[in-house]
Amino acid sequence: MKGLIGKKVGMTQLYDDKGVLTPVTVVQAGPCVVIDVKNVERDGYSAVLFGFGSRKAKNAGKAVAGQAAKAGVNTPSIMKEFRITDDSKFEIGAEIGAGIFEEGEYLDVTGVTKGRGYQGVMVRHHFKGGRDGHGGGWHRKPGSIGCRESPGNIIKGKKMPGQHGSVKRTVQNLRVVKVDSAENLIFVSGAIPGPNGGTVLVRKAIKK
Amino acid sequence: MNIIDKIEKAQCKASVPDFNIGDTVKVSTKIIEGTTERIQNFTGVVIARKNSGIRETFTVRRFQNGYGVERVFPIHSPRIDAITVERHGHVRRAKLYYLRDKIGKAARVKEKKYFGPAASAEAAK
Repeated sequence: MKGLIGKKVGMTQLYDDKGVLTPVTVVQAGPCVVIDVKNVERDGYSAVLFGFGSRKAKNAGKAVAGQAAKAGVNTPSIMKEFRITDDSKFEIGAEIGAGIFEEGEYLDVTGVTKGRGYQGVMVRHHFKGGRDGHGGGWHRKPGSIGCRESPGNIIKGKKMPGQHGSVKRTVQNLRVVKVDSAENLIFVSGAIPGPNGGTVLVRKAIKK
Repeated sequence: MNIIDKIEKAQCKASVPDFNIGDTVKVSTKIIEGTTERIQNFTGVVIARKNSGIRETFTVRRFQNGYGVERVFPIHSPRIDAITVERHGHVRRAKLYYLRDKIGKAARVKEKKYFGPAASAEAAK
């Protein structure tokens, strides 16, 4: 599957040739260096192991530093495997950039959403809450969370207060508006998870 | 310069006509009718300029067929062909929203008069 590791740069807007304005997120996708190519004979499946970014070998985990040393490339800050069908196309040490994607293509982008801490049900699950006037006393609470003796317990998965955000999320079917292969930038239509500077995985959309 | 700034700067028009709040301007926009493209003009008073950089917009108000009509134009839109200043207005506010409550003679903006060196500088433009 076509994919890369990238960094969310931020959001802006782009005019197309007709003068229509599109909100876009800029993703710095690549250059990703090929650290390992897995094949069916040796590993039982085909995949390519990409490294992105850089960090000192002494600061990286031994697994990452060891793999990079074996491949003879600089130690990456992030390492990620992508399943592929044809393992003959990749060579260890090769650099893959944003040029593999083209305009008009659809992508799935995975990232870790912004952490919002412990939040109540109104923020976390968009509950309506109670009214503020007329004697209220029930403003931002969840209200009843279950029945009486039967069934006598709370249904699993009941929406309650708790940690909001900072979870892995994928946004599907985002259109590629523009690709700048010289700077390794991909412009995708719409928003993607995570803060600016956050790590994202960019893959070809599975549903298109 | 960071990447986003660079992208936005590249999209901004190289030169934007110099106009201010209260000026009467003619905005020429390219519109597509079927297969042909033509220029449509909209003339009125600039009552607001908002935001900056690639997101900057301005609002033009005019009185048309008994109704007040306002249009908001993005300054850097490629659909905008030209902005011509027809008259400079003398105003003391950055946003002329008070014009919305006035009709007829009360909804006028005083013309800006230039004196001394400013007058010759304006004439040279």
